[in-house]
Amino acid sequence: MPANRTQPPSLGPERLFTFPQIHRTTLDSGLRIWTVEHHQVPLVSVLALIPAGASADPPDRPGLAAITGDMLDEGSGDRSALDVHEALGRIGATLELDVGHDATVLGLTTLERNLDRGLELVRDMLIRPRFEQREFDRVRDLRLNRLLQMKDMPPALADRAFTQLLYRNHPYGHLPIGSEGSLRGLMIRDITAFHRRAYVPARLTVIAVGDASHQALTAAIVRAFEGWRADAPDAVPEPETFPPPLPPASRLALVHRSAAAQSELRIGHVALSRTSPDYHAALVANMILGGQFVSRINMNLREAKGYTYGARTAFEFRRAPGPFVLHASVQADATADALREAIGEIRAIRGDRPVTRQELELGRASLTRGYPRSFETADQIARAAAQLSLYGLPDDYFTNFVPRVLALTETDVTAIAAKHIDPSKLLSVVVGDREKVLPSLRALDLGDVSDVSVT
Amino acid sequence: MNIPFTKYTLDNGLDVLIHEDHSLPIVAVNVWYHVGSKNEVPGRTGFAHLFEHLMFEGSQHYDRGYFHPLQEAGASLNGSTNADRTNYWEVVPTNALDLALWMESDRMGYLLPALTEAKFANQRDVVLNERRQNYENRPYGLAGMAIVSALYPPDHPYHWLTIGAADDIRAARIDDVKAFFQRYYHPANASLTLAGDVDPEMGILLADEYFSEVPRGERPGPVDVVPPQPPGEDVKLVLEDRVELPRLYMAWHSPALFADGDAELDLVAEVLASGKTSRLYRALVYEQRIATEIAAPQNSRELGSFFQIVATAAPGRTLAEVERAIMKEIAVLFERGPTPLELERCLAQAEAHFLFRLQTVGGFGGKSDQLNAYNVFLGDPGYFERDLIRYRTATAAHLRAAAIKYLQPSARVVLSVVPRGRVALALTGSRSVAVS
Repeated sequence: MPANRTQPPSLGPERLFTFPQIHRTTLDSGLRIWTVEHHQVPLVSVLALIPAGASADPPDRPGLAAITGDMLDEGSGDRSALDVHEALGRIGATLELDVGHDATVLGLTTLERNLDRGLELVRDMLIRPRFEQREFDRVRDLRLNRLLQMKDMPPALADRAFTQLLYRNHPYGHLPIGSEGSLRGLMIRDITAFHRRAYVPARLTVIAVGDASHQALTAAIVRAFEGWRADAPDAVPEPETFPPPLPPASRLALVHRSAAAQSELRIGHVALSRTSPDYHAALVANMILGGQFVSRINMNLREAKGYTYGARTAFEFRRAPGPFVLHASVQADATADALREAIGEIRAIRGDRPVTRQELELGRASLTRGYPRSFETADQIARAAAQLSLYGLPDDYFTNFVPRVLALTETDVTAIAAKHIDPSKLLSVVVGDREKVLPSLRALDLGDVSDVSVT
Repeated sequence: MNIPFTKYTLDNGLDVLIHEDHSLPIVAVNVWYHVGSKNEVPGRTGFAHLFEHLMFEGSQHYDRGYFHPLQEAGASLNGSTNADRTNYWEVVPTNALDLALWMESDRMGYLLPALTEAKFANQRDVVLNERRQNYENRPYGLAGMAIVSALYPPDHPYHWLTIGAADDIRAARIDDVKAFFQRYYHPANASLTLAGDVDPEMGILLADEYFSEVPRGERPGPVDVVPPQPPGEDVKLVLEDRVELPRLYMAWHSPALFADGDAELDLVAEVLASGKTSRLYRALVYEQRIATEIAAPQNSRELGSFFQIVATAAPGRTLAEVERAIMKEIAVLFERGPTPLELERCLAQAEAHFLFRLQTVGGFGGKSDQLNAYNVFLGDPGYFERDLIRYRTATAAHLRAAAIKYLQPSARVVLSVVPRGRVALALTGSRSVAVS
């Protein structure tokens, strides 16, 4: 018998989801130890959160936090750089290091039976890095080569220009990788000094999630870290204390890339911080505007106009106000049209086309019904827990997420969009062919086009 | 280590696989169609992928886009096309399983009545923009096209990449869509997996309820190709691109996915270029510092694979130096094979990767995708353990033998990608190729 196809079936009753419980212990040294039991697969993920990222770079040394993080696995304790990686390989471990604006995160996933060996490696990388000159020279060269290659990558050029023009001399005004000039000037003693300031037990959280009991996970971390004592001579700056950046010098910037088949776009401005009480409403506003496939901006630029493979917006939440930003790569001859349409959508949500009831329900539902998906793997859970630690969010944050989102009305969301998105402040960056795009960019009502070269 | 499953074949030929895992209130729905760019013909390349886009534009009984009801239900969803297969997946909250099955079955059974010229023209533009973004406007983005067109003869469907040629995409017509759909998009050429918070009896009942009305089609059968011959001598090519650093690509024909030698070459790839202690990384990047990055994938595919080594020269170093250093390491591997310690490390890594795949029920590479891969390519969804055994039983002697058999210096395609206007940086004797 054929299925009923008059309309798609409605949803059944929601199944209950219980968020993972985090157990917390603090050592005398101040090191925080968080554990979560997760028994689906015999794996364990260990994650060390160091709340110091690119915004802790000294103003004359952009890239220092990132290269310090990069040096952790280049020899530590009794192991040379190659020995570290041989040891990781032999326990089938994956190692990930991310240096963002506010934090450095070292993550390792391995078989549960190798937990102690994995933790010993993590411990040595964090607290006994060798920082040897010849390894440093090589790592710096690789980073310089990466910077060189980024000159041909439109997304990297756009991110770099947008970050620099938007935040200027603010601590968020550079990408974590830093600049060529700065990297060339760095010395081992800069790295050692940064490590001494930022990698101290009282600032770190070590999180283990996996197929073992809380007691076993905690005991393993205690065994690895209990002897570690270190005080910071002077602390890294707290982003919450950063003064706001100066407004950008111009609203429309062009990075020339000759014969480019597409123009890479970034459009945005400084918005709100992760700890803002408007966080949940801003998430919903973004879902409606450009945060998912069926959002206004993607449906317009991709599905109606065919200008692009996809357009997305996001609030980048950080400890201090991060940017609201649109990302898209559009065909060259549609550059000005795409900018006009995107800015038009941004203007409309807080102007003549406020959030509708249907949009509110769609945005809220996508966020809340999909929420359990982000707690599937040990690594995902560890990273979610790290957010609580980094931003000082309450223990019941996960449990309260869904009710808080569901309590929002279309008026709330429109009001938050109006408060945190301001079309008159948008900075637009275009990486594209000047000859092809300049005349139509000039016709936009965005003032002079400033030519920018990215350094 | 395995992925337990229940298999049931509906009367119309649709294979249904259920894997039960109640850890989270979510279910992965994963559909494979056994069609990819290998089923295309010259002049109509890129079509399988363009078709995939149209599957998200609505079907007869819900013609307002595929994403809306599913994103509203809290789903994540996507699809992808490669040379051999096209997959579509949703990960939905348990209470939206009916919805996902209704949507998937509606586009399997009733896509064409909702297809319009406007949708077709729009997605053709979107795909052309996808091509610009991921190939034309990306450094080294066209290298893959140059490699496969040299490795495979023009009438072999691996001669082109899945994205296809821009002119072919522009030349695609809506009538082609209809013929393609009728030939490849039907239950007998598909496999449906549900993984997650669903019990097997219920899963099969639901699959039957939504999919059994879709008429059975005729299985298209395997693609008939003459196996390509390795080049009798080095094929050396040079491609100019907007890049800062020259990069070298070497490619060899190698055994097809799951054929003898395939797992061994996967492990050879690990020995050569996985991690900082691998031979090529250690020699070229760590010790000699003549390269900035190195990769060595065994690209496993149904009709035949290719093994590749890719290395970017460090500033001031030449591709000739890089090439010599790589071939020297390969010669050492020919002579002595991997050491017991190397083999142990590579096996530990391979086993860990098998376990990592068991962490998610859905998405690309999760348990549902893996069950469909085994079912579609081998007709055996329970192949997981045997797949792992292919790696566990490989010895150092096997790896050495596979390297000698397949990675001969005279059987390579070697591509130098150099900054525009600097052809002299290519390996000596390279012939210029143009790709767009």
